[in-house]
Amino acid sequence: MTFNIYDFTSFNRWIDEGLNSIMSPTWALITEMAIIGIVFLLFYAVVGLFLVYAERKVCAFMQNRVGPNRVGPYGIFQTIADFIKLLMKELVYIKDSDKLLFNLAPFIVIIASFMALSAVPFAKGLHAIDFDIGILYVIAVSSLGVVGILLAGWSSNNKYSLIGAMRSGAQIVSYELSVGLSLLTIIVLAGTMQFSEIVEMQRNGWFIFKGHIPAVIAFIVFLIASTAETNRGPFDLAEAESELTAGFHTEYSGIKFAFFFLAEYMNMFLVASIGATVFWGGWMPFHVSGWAGFNTIMDYIPPFVWYIGKTAFIIWLMMLFKWTFPRLRIDQLLTLEWKYLLPINLVNILFMAFLVLMHWHF
Amino acid sequence: MKEIVNLPVSKIEEEEYHINMGPQHPSTHGVLRLLVSLQGEMVKSLKPHCGYIHRGIEKMCEKDTYPQVIHLTDRMDYLSAHINNHAVCLLVEKALEIEVPERVKYIRTIMDELTRIQSHQLWWSSFGMDLGGLTCFFYGLRDREMILDIWEETTGSRFLQSYNCPGGVMQDIHPNFQKKVHAFIKTFKKKIKDYDRLLSGNVIFENRSQGVGLLSKEDAISYGVTGPSGRGSGWSCDIRKVEPYSMYSQVHFNEVLRYECDTYARYMVRMQEMHESMNIIEQLIDNIPEGDHSAKMKAVIKLPAGEYFQRVESARGELGVYVVSDGNKTPYRMKFRTPSFTNLGVLDHISRGMKIADLVAIGASLDLVIPDIDR
Amino acid sequence: MDNETLKARILEIVPEAQLEENKQYLTLLVPAAKLHDLAIKMKDTPELAFDYLICLSGVDYGKQLAVVYHMNSILHKHMVVLKVKTDDRSDPAFDTVSDIWRTAEFHERETYDMFGIRFNNHPDLRRIFLEEDWKGYPLRKDYVDEVNIVEF
Repeated sequence: MTFNIYDFTSFNRWIDEGLNSIMSPTWALITEMAIIGIVFLLFYAVVGLFLVYAERKVCAFMQNRVGPNRVGPYGIFQTIADFIKLLMKELVYIKDSDKLLFNLAPFIVIIASFMALSAVPFAKGLHAIDFDIGILYVIAVSSLGVVGILLAGWSSNNKYSLIGAMRSGAQIVSYELSVGLSLLTIIVLAGTMQFSEIVEMQRNGWFIFKGHIPAVIAFIVFLIASTAETNRGPFDLAEAESELTAGFHTEYSGIKFAFFFLAEYMNMFLVASIGATVFWGGWMPFHVSGWAGFNTIMDYIPPFVWYIGKTAFIIWLMMLFKWTFPRLRIDQLLTLEWKYLLPINLVNILFMAFLVLMHWHF
Repeated sequence: MKEIVNLPVSKIEEEEYHINMGPQHPSTHGVLRLLVSLQGEMVKSLKPHCGYIHRGIEKMCEKDTYPQVIHLTDRMDYLSAHINNHAVCLLVEKALEIEVPERVKYIRTIMDELTRIQSHQLWWSSFGMDLGGLTCFFYGLRDREMILDIWEETTGSRFLQSYNCPGGVMQDIHPNFQKKVHAFIKTFKKKIKDYDRLLSGNVIFENRSQGVGLLSKEDAISYGVTGPSGRGSGWSCDIRKVEPYSMYSQVHFNEVLRYECDTYARYMVRMQEMHESMNIIEQLIDNIPEGDHSAKMKAVIKLPAGEYFQRVESARGELGVYVVSDGNKTPYRMKFRTPSFTNLGVLDHISRGMKIADLVAIGASLDLVIPDIDR
Repeated sequence: MDNETLKARILEIVPEAQLEENKQYLTLLVPAAKLHDLAIKMKDTPELAFDYLICLSGVDYGKQLAVVYHMNSILHKHMVVLKVKTDDRSDPAFDTVSDIWRTAEFHERETYDMFGIRFNNHPDLRRIFLEEDWKGYPLRKDYVDEVNIVEF
């Protein structure tokens, strides 16, 4: 077996052949699905824990203080301690809430982000599902999260939660349009929706450099729209702590609150990784066409590290947004989307299409 | 439900519903309950319910001697503690016709201006926090710590100092006082530019506050909204200019007026006032004359029978103290006309037609301190 | 306008007003029935122009209950104090001035809460600090409360 960190396809084949030789094909398939499921769950949990810690540290450094530094060296076990505490909290049952929907809502949010994350490539071959309509699938599935939020607000039997959920629903549905259209700009440039092909096409330069002006505009719009999609940063009025206590998840306590909390960070990871894959090359190292020596040096760094590095950079940007800017009001938010981002997006797509036709890209 | 039936607000229409903001709420900054009647996202009317922190200060004042009353005035508007004390001291000294030494006047004015700066710093921090820029909270409070350290050294406590007493101040200023105040002014002049960069010039903030909560000048006068909130509507109501006391007639400073009448105007008035306060302190800090830190007062202070009224400019607006005395050592009736109580009356009027998010911004721009409302 | 002219103008409008001597500001005791009309004229007359009501306080003078109005003119910068008194301690009532100066709404509610003085035609006369079902009026001199007030 060759465990090549630069190319996981041989590793995948080794597992596949191994399983197929032990059991019948159906059982092998089921076992593979189970393995992928468990790996993803673990990845989800670990990344979630890490992101919560990273947010607290980044926020603290911006606010001229230190952040968690007691639990473990540099406070790295802080999140684990917080989750143990949340697990031990009492699950408060609301009297007149709709029990089924109330319990179902956090799971829907998690499942939506889980499903979307499975289509994103982490390295060559390290890819759970490789649809040929990858981007479309991701956009479609991540919008299931809004159902969870609306259910949470509705079933809590609480005016504050309802207001928060309605606001959030309107916001997410609007900004999905911008996310989709900005990704469409790159699809126009790439000519394909399949993730692995998009990454391969960036072997001689990332799309943000290849597509110059329209790609940069598309990236900026994508960044703003995806921050709004995930209810983060200056667009977090659904959970505006200083206005409506906690918005749609006011009535959730203990492990259910932990699910919402985790789902928000995983959504952030998801949109950052989509942005990194589509605009910044995914797991593809930084190549400049023509500089063969430079390219080989870049190739030494494993693709997984490139991928995580780019995603981390975008996540850091999103954290900076949250802790700097005040919040937008709901009507200003929707104005931003429908009157500014949408027209910019549409014009940008035309521009990109024109660019592709005239071969003015790199 | 009984509450809703008794409300003289308009009948409950089909799409209208009532929401409680408070008494425990992150943005009301104290225990104030606002019963907001909403239609969708828009505020139709608002009923404030105060009294959660009513301690009966006016009743207590009828049993306390004048020096004891000073300690109670601290607790009303705790962010303008010095200024509240100053008002009662001025009233007693005017009634007894006592002339305080020049040194006392300088010290009191400098302390008043430091109070104003730190009150505005705390206001700025909580304003940013309410609107979602949580970092503002840390920046503002970090700079405020320098003033609190100065106070701790001179008066012994960071907060609720009760430093003034009838006739002068309780003890003389610390030898380090002038040096530390100079250091503070030097640092703060640089830091205040950060405040402007972080919040005042931010386009999101401007959109949240311009055109929100309009209060015309006639309404401001009719509702008695004084202080920076009134000056944001173009009403020149600064008591330091209208009826100067202590050293205010002898220092040069501008009264900050703006005419846009919205939240942004009230915000900019307070930001500029911090500059003006530093200006006043710089004019006074190097010239404090030598002398006693207190005039000679009798052991028991008895005001001659009669009625007295004194107005000062606290960080929130005009503070009025009205005393009816019958010649005893305790006041017969002591009434405090507090700025936050009067400013609360206008909250309903200016929030109609605004959204909930604007309500938070308007409440923050009026700078209400709840113990000041309830006394 | 100086105090003499002010006094003359006000006595023109309400001849029954009595001057109180030796006070810090010009203080006039006005009969309760004439208060509202006087207040309207004081605000609307251009030479008087008392458009800013600084303070509205209730006072319990032992036998009488009174309301004291400190008012100021922004334009002319003069200040006057008006008083109204009543002997009726069981149901004292005056006319409201909240339709003239909006700031009086809250101040009159507070006076009602603390002294029991009712104001006719007030838009919303209820207790403001104490609970709706509180018995008694705390700032009156004959108020007794064994539970909350400790007498030394």
